[in-house]
Amino acid sequence: MTTPALPAFVSGRRLPNLWDLAAILCVLAGLVLVAHAAGGTLAPLPAANTIHLGLAYLPYYALRTTLRMFVALIFSIVFTLVVAPLAAKSRRLGVILIPALDILQSVPILGFLSFTVLFFLNLFPGRVLGAELAAVFAIFTSQAWNMTFSFYQSLTTVPRDLDEASRSFRLSIWQRFWRLEVPFAMPGLVFNTMLSMSGGWFFVVASEAVTVGNTTFLLPGIGSYVSVALSHSDLAAVIYAIIAMLVVILIYDQLLFRPLVAWSAKFRFEMTSGGEAPDPWVLSVLRRTRLLQLVGDAIGDIANRVGGLRMRLPLPVLTTKSQKPSRVVDGIWFTLVGVVVAFAFWRVAEFVAASVTLSGLAHVVLLGFYTLLRVAAAMIICTIVWVPIGVWIGLRPRWARLIQPIAQFLAAFPANLLFPIVVIVLVRFALNPNIWLTPLMIVGTQWYVLFNVVAGASAFPGDLKEASANLGIKGLLWWRRVIIPGIFPYYITGALTASGAAWNSSIVAEVASWGHTTLTASGLGSYIAQATTEGNTSHIVLGVFVMTAFVLTINRILWRPLHAFAVRRLTF
Amino acid sequence: MDQTLQTTPMLVSIANCRQSYPKEAASDVIILDDVNLELREGEIVGLLGRSGSGKSTLLRIVAGLLKPTAGDIRWRDKPITGPVRGVSMVFQSFALFPWLTVEENVALGLEAQGVPKTEREARAEDAIDLIGLGGYENAYPKEMSGGMRQRVGLARALVVHPDLLLMDEPFSALDVLTAETLRTDLIDLWSEGKLPVKSILMVTHNIEEAVLMCDRILVFSSNPGRVASELKVPFPHPRERLDPEFRQLVDDIYALMTRRPVEHRAPAHAIDRTPPPPTFQALPVVSTNLMAGLMETIEGEPYNGLADLPALASAFQMEADELLPIGEALQMLGFAEFEEGDIKLTDAGRRFVEADTDDRKAEFAAALRAHVPMISQIRQVLDERWNHRAPALRFRDELEDYMSPDYADDTMRTIIAWGRYAELFSYDREADQFSLEDEEDEND
Repeated sequence: MTTPALPAFVSGRRLPNLWDLAAILCVLAGLVLVAHAAGGTLAPLPAANTIHLGLAYLPYYALRTTLRMFVALIFSIVFTLVVAPLAAKSRRLGVILIPALDILQSVPILGFLSFTVLFFLNLFPGRVLGAELAAVFAIFTSQAWNMTFSFYQSLTTVPRDLDEASRSFRLSIWQRFWRLEVPFAMPGLVFNTMLSMSGGWFFVVASEAVTVGNTTFLLPGIGSYVSVALSHSDLAAVIYAIIAMLVVILIYDQLLFRPLVAWSAKFRFEMTSGGEAPDPWVLSVLRRTRLLQLVGDAIGDIANRVGGLRMRLPLPVLTTKSQKPSRVVDGIWFTLVGVVVAFAFWRVAEFVAASVTLSGLAHVVLLGFYTLLRVAAAMIICTIVWVPIGVWIGLRPRWARLIQPIAQFLAAFPANLLFPIVVIVLVRFALNPNIWLTPLMIVGTQWYVLFNVVAGASAFPGDLKEASANLGIKGLLWWRRVIIPGIFPYYITGALTASGAAWNSSIVAEVASWGHTTLTASGLGSYIAQATTEGNTSHIVLGVFVMTAFVLTINRILWRPLHAFAVRRLTF
Repeated sequence: MDQTLQTTPMLVSIANCRQSYPKEAASDVIILDDVNLELREGEIVGLLGRSGSGKSTLLRIVAGLLKPTAGDIRWRDKPITGPVRGVSMVFQSFALFPWLTVEENVALGLEAQGVPKTEREARAEDAIDLIGLGGYENAYPKEMSGGMRQRVGLARALVVHPDLLLMDEPFSALDVLTAETLRTDLIDLWSEGKLPVKSILMVTHNIEEAVLMCDRILVFSSNPGRVASELKVPFPHPRERLDPEFRQLVDDIYALMTRRPVEHRAPAHAIDRTPPPPTFQALPVVSTNLMAGLMETIEGEPYNGLADLPALASAFQMEADELLPIGEALQMLGFAEFEEGDIKLTDAGRRFVEADTDDRKAEFAAALRAHVPMISQIRQVLDERWNHRAPALRFRDELEDYMSPDYADDTMRTIIAWGRYAELFSYDREADQFSLEDEEDEND
C-alpha cells in the first residue's frame, strides 16, 4: 500500500467535448439499435430451467457461476490487449475509441440485461449457449472498459527513456509490446482487473436470473439459486448461497488475486525498493514447491519465448515531429466518422421524437434526483462511519495488516446476495422502503472507502505524525489540518469508486422482493428495473440515458476536480 | 578538419544538421543549428555543453531516435532512417527495465536481433563479467545501487558489440566517487582494447570528465545549439587530473564556455539600439539562495571579489553545468561578470552582499526590472490593471514564441521564484495568476 492505485476513469483526460458528444450519441444509438433488435423478439422465452434448492446442488452452481466469471474475464483481457493499443497507437482510432470507452464505463449496463439476453438467444439457436453468452457478455460489459482504459493510460505514459532504449535496441513491435508495454501496464492492469472482478460478481449474480415480461430465464448458478430461494421465501437457502459465495470468493481471492497483486509489484516502475509486503502464502508455496515451481517456470519460459519472438515485424517508423499526417486519409476517415455520428444522431432523434415526451423526461429526471439524493445520503453516512474507523485502523499497523485484506475481500463480495436479508427485516418491521432500501446501494461498495482510508492513514508520513504530536495538535484541529488532508487523495479514490458503483446497483437495490412481497423505492433505479420487467424498450433507453447523464455529470463536476485538487495539493 | 592520418573508416558524418521545434505562430524555435560532425573509428569524442545546447538532441539524431529537421546524417556512408544496428546507447537515467533481471536486461538487445537463446546467454555472461557485474545476474535493478545499475546499462549496450557506443551523460546521475570509479574502469577497458566497440560518442556537461576521457571535444554553445569550438586532447591514457597541463586545458575550456555570451552581446548592444521587440531569454532554474551564496563566497575571504571558476567548482563540489548557470544568472542581472575563466563581482553585486535582507530584496528587484524583460513586463501589466491581477498563461504563451514549452516552463518557474523573492509580485498556483500584494510598498 504505497500509493493509491487509481481506477482508470479518474484520470484528468481532457478531450474536446465535441468528441464526447459524438461518443455519447453513438453509444446511445447503439443501445437503441440493440434494444430495437431484441425488443422485436419479445416472444415467449423457453421454459425456465429448474433450479434445485437442495444444498447438494450448490457447489455445482457455484462452479458454473465462477466459470462464467472467468470466461468473461478472459474476453475482457483479450479485448483490453487489442483495443487499448489500437486507441493508443492510431490517432484516428483513438479519437473515437477513447471517448466511447469513457462513456461506456458510465452506462449502467444492468439496465440492458434483458435485451442482451434476448439478443444472444436470437443469435444462437442452441439456447443454452445463447443464454450463457448473454450472461458472459453482461459480465464482460462490467469488466472491460476500465481495464482497457487503464492499459491505454499506461501505453501513453511509457517512460521516455525506456521507450528510447527499446527503440535503440531495435525491438520489434511484438517484442516491444511484451517486453515494455505490457509489463509497464501490469500493476494498473492487475488493480483494475481486481476492481472489475468485484463488479463482475455483482453482475454474474444479476445476469443469471433475468425476468422479461412474464418469463424468468434461469441459468444454473448462484444468482438463479438465490432468486428461486427468494420467490420460495426460503431463508435457509439464501444463507447457504451467501456462504457458498463467501467460500468461492475466498478461494479465488487467496489463490489468484493475492499472488497476482504481489507478483505485479515487480513491475512497478519506481526504482525504489522497500515497503514491500510479505508474500501471500500461495505465492510462497508456489515458490517453494519444487514441482509447482517447475511447472510455473515452464509456463513462464514459454510465455517469455513467445514475447521475445521477433515475428519479423517491422521496426517502428521514425517521423519528425513536424511531419503532417496525410490530409486525404484524415478527410476520408473523419467524413466516415461524421456519417456514423450523423446516423447515430438521427436514430436518437427518431427515438426521442417517437417515445419521449417532455413530461416523461421531466419525470425520469426527477426520479434521477431521488436516486441522487439516495446516493449522496449513502455516501455521507458511509463517510461518517468509515473515515474515523479507517483512520484509527490505518494508524495502527498491526490492525491495518489484519483489516486490509478483509475489507478488500468484502468489496469483492456481490452485495446483491445480501439484499434478501435486508428485505426480510424491512417486511418484518414494515419500514419505509424509500428510506431503508438506500443502504443497499452501498452495502457492497462502502469497503472501497474503508480500505482506501486505511491505506491512506497507513501511508501517512511518520515525521508529520511526530511533528503534529510535538506541536500538541489534538482534537478537531488534528482532523482538519493533519489527517484529513493527509488521507484525502485516498478517500477520493475510494469514494468515487463507491459512488459510481452505487448508481449502478440502484437498479437492483431500489426494488426488492421476498416471496410475494415486492418493495419499491421510487427512483431511477426502480424505474429502469420496472421497465425491464415490463419489457418497455423506450423506458429502459430513457432511464439508462438519464442515469448515464447523471453519472457523467457528477464525475466531471465533482470527482474529477476533487481528484485533480487532491493530486495537486495534497500528495506528499 | 581532416588532414593526414584520417585513413581510418568513417562511422558517422553529419552535415548542416538543424533541428527546430515547430511553432505555428512565430518563427521556429531552433535547438540545433548548422552542426557538422565527423566521427571515425578509434576515437572517443565528447559533446560538451550546457543544458539547452542541444547536445543530447544531437546524440539522439545519431542514434536514429530522432529525425532532424534538416541535414545529411550518415552512418557508414548510408543515410540514417531509424535506429541503426551497430549503434547502442547508454542512458543518463540508465533506462533499465525494472521487471527484467540483470541478465535479461543485458540480453534484450540480442533478443531483438533474434540471437538464439544459448548464444544469448553466453554473450550476456561475457558482457556481465567484462563490466564487473558477475554474481548479479539474477538481481533486479531495484535491488542495486546507482553505480551498479549504470554498469548494467553499459553491459547492455556492449553486449551487441556495437561499432559506436553512445553515452548520454552516463555518470551525471551518480555520486562523485561512484562516477569516478566507473569512468576509470571504462577508460581502462578502452585502453586495453577490451571494449567491443570501435568508437565512443559521449554527451557531458562535466568539463573534467570530458578532458579525462575524450580524444576530441566539441564545445557547444546554447540557444541555438552550435559547435562553438573543437579541441583535441593530446594526453595519453591514463590521465592525471592534477597534471598542470590537464588543469590548463580545463581552465581554457571554462574560459571558452563563459566567454561566448559576452562576446556576442557586446557588439549587439553597441550596434543596434533601435527599439527591438522584447526578446525573452530562457532562464535557468537557479534559486536566489544559490545566487546569494555564490556572491557571498566570491566576495568572501580567499577570493575577495574575483574567483577562478574551476577552483570555485571544486570548492563547491559542483560541476560546470551547475556552477555556470548561477554565474550566468548573476551576469545577466549585472551582479557579476565572467572574465577568462574567472568570475568577478560588480559594484551591484558587492552592494547586494553587504546589504541586509530587505535591502537585498530591493537590490534584487531593481536588477530584475532592469535586466529581465519578462519580469518588468509582468510587473507593468499588474500595475496597469485595475485589480492588479493577471493570468500567468498569457506570459507563458508569449515565452513559448521564443523557446520550447519545456524551457518556457522552467523560465516561468524561475520568474515566479525570483519575483516572489524580490516581492515584485505574488503568484497563486491554484488560479495560475500573478497579483500585487496589497501591503507591499515598492522602493525602486
